[in-house]
Amino acid sequence: MVEFVDIALLVLLGITAFSIIRQKNLFAAVMMAGIYSLLSAALFVVMDAVDVAFTEAAVGAGISTILMLGTLALVGHSEHQPQHRPILPLFVVILTGAVLVYGTLDIPPFGDASNPVHHHVAPHYLEESEHEIGIPNVVTSVLASYRGYDTMGETTVIFAALVGVLLLLSLGPRPGRVASNGRATTTVRERDKAVSEEGMEEAQGDTLQVSDEENTLEDTNG
Amino acid sequence: MDDRVILRVGAKILIPFILLFALYVQFHGDYGPGGGFQAGVIFAAGFVLYGLIYGLGNVKRVLPPQAVYICSALGVLLFAGVGYVTMALGGVFLDYGVLAHDPEHGQHYGILLVELGVLITVFGVMVAVFYAFAGRGRVET
Repeated sequence: MVEFVDIALLVLLGITAFSIIRQKNLFAAVMMAGIYSLLSAALFVVMDAVDVAFTEAAVGAGISTILMLGTLALVGHSEHQPQHRPILPLFVVILTGAVLVYGTLDIPPFGDASNPVHHHVAPHYLEESEHEIGIPNVVTSVLASYRGYDTMGETTVIFAALVGVLLLLSLGPRPGRVASNGRATTTVRERDKAVSEEGMEEAQGDTLQVSDEENTLEDTNG
Repeated sequence: MDDRVILRVGAKILIPFILLFALYVQFHGDYGPGGGFQAGVIFAAGFVLYGLIYGLGNVKRVLPPQAVYICSALGVLLFAGVGYVTMALGGVFLDYGVLAHDPEHGQHYGILLVELGVLITVFGVMVAVFYAFAGRGRVET
């Protein structure tokens, strides 16, 4: 039964991946990518990795789909006709895939109880975390306590990613380039300028207000 | 989106439950699947949904970008801060056992604080990235 579910999910994953490749409409491709994430989440549930499935469903199918849609709103939703022939990229991809498959021939059999991964620290975590940490979910124990350094690094990476995104997006469009939705960059600039002027006016209004408040405070004190 | 009554009412009904579910995922992470990462994303999803339905200007009035940026740095600070507190109390970095008399209770407090740090950073980063994408090249009203 479990094998049947596995095969069904894998077939659906394959179909979704191919339809993403074939799809020229980027909106449809983004939606298919969300479905792909949801199917992967279902696959993780079948493999009893519920924490990973939860993350995949929330991040992959949820937030990243929204961010991709936000990107499409900026760049338009139809794919350009590729300028080059796909022979060389196809060759590179097939070669890389073949090397990766060759690499898997060395790894221990999937799900074997005698695999090294099951004899290193995993038995200790499973047997002792109940007494050492005292919480039932071993994943949380490992994530937050045994592997606290890693999780701190991950949190820092997420923060660093935000800094990178903000830096990249705060760079304005290059002068003279026309935005893909047909609107000239100058109009965007003018609008930005108008917005910033509005903001300055608001800020000035705020300071005036503050000084008024200070005056009243002084009055009441006096 | 002024005419989309079903979306507006539906979002209004859903958002409190999304935020509550995020908190459940956060504080139930010790017993079931979940934790700071998932809870942060779900909490951010509530605000992103509000922004999608009611517009970027409105969600920025609820949650100013400045607060979001502070959140994304604050979580990392909280996480690392717990590590330094454990060092100050005589343990090694991120050894939560020294946070309370009973090491098991110390582990509880440590995990709670650290997961809270993860929640705050993930929430802040997700909302900030949404603001950055949604607000680019657009006039705010």
